[in-house]
Amino acid sequence: MGASQPHDPRGALVRPYAVTRGRTEPQRDIPIEAVLVASQAAMQEARFAGHDKYRIAVLCEPRAQSLAEIGAYLRLPLGVARVLVADMIADGLLSLHSAAPKEGFAERMDLLERVLSGLRKL
Amino acid sequence: MDFASSERAGAQPKEITSAKIVVAGGFGVGKTTLVGAVSEIEPLTTEAVMTSAGQGVDDASKVPGKETTTVAMDFGRITMADDLILYLFGTPGQTRFWFMWDELIRGAVGAAVLVDTRRITDAFAPLDYFENRHLPYLVALNCFDGAPRYEPAEVREALAIPAHVPLIMCDARHRDSVKTVLVGVVEHAMATLVNEHGRGSPATVG
Ligand SMILES: Nc1nc2c(ncn2[C@@H]2O[C@H](COP(=O)(O)OP(=O)(O)O)[C@@H](O)[C@H]2O)c(=O)[nH]1
Ligand SMILES: [Mg+2]
Repeated sequence: MGASQPHDPRGALVRPYAVTRGRTEPQRDIPIEAVLVASQAAMQEARFAGHDKYRIAVLCEPRAQSLAEIGAYLRLPLGVARVLVADMIADGLLSLHSAAPKEGFAERMDLLERVLSGLRKL
Repeated sequence: MDFASSERAGAQPKEITSAKIVVAGGFGVGKTTLVGAVSEIEPLTTEAVMTSAGQGVDDASKVPGKETTTVAMDFGRITMADDLILYLFGTPGQTRFWFMWDELIRGAVGAAVLVDTRRITDAFAPLDYFENRHLPYLVALNCFDGAPRYEPAEVREALAIPAHVPLIMCDARHRDSVKTVLVGVVEHAMATLVNEHGRGSPATVG
């Protein structure tokens, strides 16, 4: 974990699964509900990444936001938001967090139990 | 809760899991109202551009000459913990946008199909959709004022809702009622999962 990027000045920002540099196509199957987070340092760096990417970073710095929220708040069609976000993940400007596990009885049961107790507390 | 909860203090940020529940049903059945009753944010709208052939488009300029349509989805958010967020997505009302429903249900915990008893036939298409998908769902009768009151058994028969699908009454405007619907979806998802696990089938969602 993380050991592969000791000399990257942005190493601390780049989560292991976000290191996709060198890949030709950015990851485009980001689920609509998956959330993205920008660190404060990434937000500063995103100033130079273009207007829309900077707006995305600013939105995702104080609070994790889903792909759907990025599209809605910034009035970007979902497909456009997905491509920008995928680029930003590849460039280490955003970290992608996980959508619900699709497999594994214990993992899925655990998530369902947490969601259930969250709902009951509403 | 463990020690450093502030990401900015340099602690390794926690992995945040997000889950979603889909609220389906015809136009005007109360999907956005239901989402708004429990969401911590005013329901938002996200738009997807599609070709008339039903494919997602990320750049409209790539498909010159092809007709595109914009599909809108309303959604809300419930932040349950600093590492858990639940999203509620309303399906696009028109059933011709089924391809968008496919994207919405992928990875979902489960779904609630809202039914307005004044326009019960509007529920046929959404119910058919879920009957043919591998996603736990329940049916929630949204009780509009002045709508004819049916016994749940009558509605179940009229809509040919299978016995294993829960059917409940709700008022999409009321938080407690919506909470009951969502709790019902999750409990049904758990029961389905346990059942499939017991039968040894490696169920994946969506
Ligand atoms: N009386 C009553 N009105 C409702 C209820 N749910 C929704 N409505 C109203 O029905 C209309 C359509 O609801 P909306 O949530 O926009 O439907 P959607 O198209 O499925 O998102 C709105 O004017 C709501 O205020 C309900 O449970 N009871
Ligand atoms: Mg609506």
